[in-house]
Amino acid sequence: MSKHDLKKYWRTNITYVLSLLAIWFFVSFGLGILGRMFWWAQQGSIYVFVILIFVYVFLMNRLDKKYEVNEE
Amino acid sequence: MDSLQIWTFVIVGLTFALYVGIAIWSRAATTKEFYVADGGVSPLANGMATAADWMSAASFISMAGLISFMGYDGGVYLMGWTGGYVLLALLLAPYLRKFGQFTVPDFIGERYSTGRRFGKVNVARLVAIVCAVFVSFTYVVGQMKGVGVAFSRFLEVPFEWGVVMGIGIVFFYAVLGGMKGITYTQVAQYCVLMFAYLVPAIFISIQITGNPIPQLGLVGDFKAEGVSLLSKLNQLNVELGFSEYTSGNKSTIDVFFITAALMLGTAGLPHVIVRFFTVPRVRDARKSAGYALVFIALLYTTAPAVAAFARANLLDTVSNKEYASFPDWFGNWEDSDLLAWTDKNGDGKVQYLPGDAFVEKDDAGNKKGNKPLFVENARGQSGERSTSNPSDGANELYVDRDIMVLANPEIAELPDWVIALVVAGGLAAALSTAAGLLLVISTSISHDLLKKTFMPNITDKKELLYARIAAGVAVVCAGIAGLNPPGFVAEVVAFAFGLAASSFFPAILLGIFDKRTNMQGAIVGMVVGILFTASYIVYFKMANPELNSPENWLFGISPEGIGTIGMLLNLVLTLVISRLTPAPPADIQELIENIRIPRKG
Repeated sequence: MSKHDLKKYWRTNITYVLSLLAIWFFVSFGLGILGRMFWWAQQGSIYVFVILIFVYVFLMNRLDKKYEVNEE
Repeated sequence: MDSLQIWTFVIVGLTFALYVGIAIWSRAATTKEFYVADGGVSPLANGMATAADWMSAASFISMAGLISFMGYDGGVYLMGWTGGYVLLALLLAPYLRKFGQFTVPDFIGERYSTGRRFGKVNVARLVAIVCAVFVSFTYVVGQMKGVGVAFSRFLEVPFEWGVVMGIGIVFFYAVLGGMKGITYTQVAQYCVLMFAYLVPAIFISIQITGNPIPQLGLVGDFKAEGVSLLSKLNQLNVELGFSEYTSGNKSTIDVFFITAALMLGTAGLPHVIVRFFTVPRVRDARKSAGYALVFIALLYTTAPAVAAFARANLLDTVSNKEYASFPDWFGNWEDSDLLAWTDKNGDGKVQYLPGDAFVEKDDAGNKKGNKPLFVENARGQSGERSTSNPSDGANELYVDRDIMVLANPEIAELPDWVIALVVAGGLAAALSTAAGLLLVISTSISHDLLKKTFMPNITDKKELLYARIAAGVAVVCAGIAGLNPPGFVAEVVAFAFGLAASSFFPAILLGIFDKRTNMQGAIVGMVVGILFTASYIVYFKMANPELNSPENWLFGISPEGIGTIGMLLNLVLTLVISRLTPAPPADIQELIENIRIPRKG
């Protein structure tokens, strides 16, 4: 992979991570804690956490393929 | 021997036989098998093993009870101990898998080496070894103690024998099979503990809410009265003078920082991180973190439901009711010292109110605890067990938090084999976590300290032998410490997260995401982070427990949440010092670029 491609790949990865972490922060620290919403603190945020990881898996597998750095 | 004891012996015996069988089947022949199961574990199996590794005796037995008493505040554990997996999956696991060595000190040591790998002692690696052993050992002692308690309570063997049996079984499969043996026993242990948790939860959900799915029951109706369960709980709590169930007591800032410390600590605990070294590929590491969280979430979303059911049931069954009219389970758990009632106003009814019902005092007359002291073979007016240390408060009832899970099968009138299953589940939770932690300790000694630091020339066979000896010695040390837990251990277990958050998390995170971070920054960051956090905890929990209240805390943050500040301190120091000192050498820069992509394109 060229230096330029590596930079682009890495920047896209960082964008994905930051967007997903923004949601992670919003449901737990936002709704659950600052909003003191009981259901979000004890149930909702956990479901969202699970979804976030699988979305990340999907996005990264697609990105790896695009830049041809995916494993066999 | 009654039918419950026979069932307990049979079920616990069968599960132990299963663990031993798996250990014999999966013995390790090389260090790579011993340390990382040859890197050949499927993401699904690793997800289950991670979940069992992660969920300790405390998650299984105590957490629901804790939430039951804390209400909303219990959310700190639920969000904290699951949210960390998002950080692991997105920020650490895939890159550490790509790095592809055996341990956390391996990563820290390589990433922050000064260029000369051998000959000169690698300071960053040494700091990481000390942090890993310190964090893991404080954690494992609590697990061994948990094994002893579970045995002594249900099989009526002495506590010491319970610990010895626990040592024996962990010794067998950890020393024989290493990571390979541990992984597949943990898969079996996950199935046992999850089944044991769900069966009573489902039945008690049907009993209280009419809905078989506990997660839906929590937001459903309280069957007996047709009102919503949570509003019923709020009403009961407030009537008795407790705070609203869905509001809690802790300040928002404290809840915020405790949750953050638990999340960051989860992502920094070595025994969880090493699990991601065992899968074949980077993409498997990502997926595996997702599976792990699914398996953990199954228990962690059930626990708050169990907590609410148990609370509603307790208040509805006992509060302001005559002791003589109580169901049998109350008396059974009174006999096990987990419930106690003293009729302070002599009306024959239970007054359950805020405050401690009992008070334990030391020789100088200072309060040291709130457990009831029972008078042998004596009964009070209503037939309750007599106690000798009622407090001055109006509350008459003592409820041990562990009872919320342990008594569920009886409250739901389930057969004896379900109770036996819960015992086997608790043991599975304690043993699986203990084994994972012990492996981290033994690997730190044989691989990081001997092979990579002092004896670089030993053969693989020799190293494997040292790994086995180190695992054996670690099991025995943990067992001895579990028999006589030093006073500090009980206090420190809950803080292992703060220590992991303030030491490893920033060092690994910046090691991957910031190329400019160098050895000097990382070492100062780790040392200051862990020392700051440990001193704050020691100051408030051990040296000056009388000062441990919100008005004395730094920014109103309790010792449970201080790891977050330690982490931030570490992060800032590492960034600043790295920029004031020379950049890492070219081969390290290359290493970082290399771990950022799954495969060279």
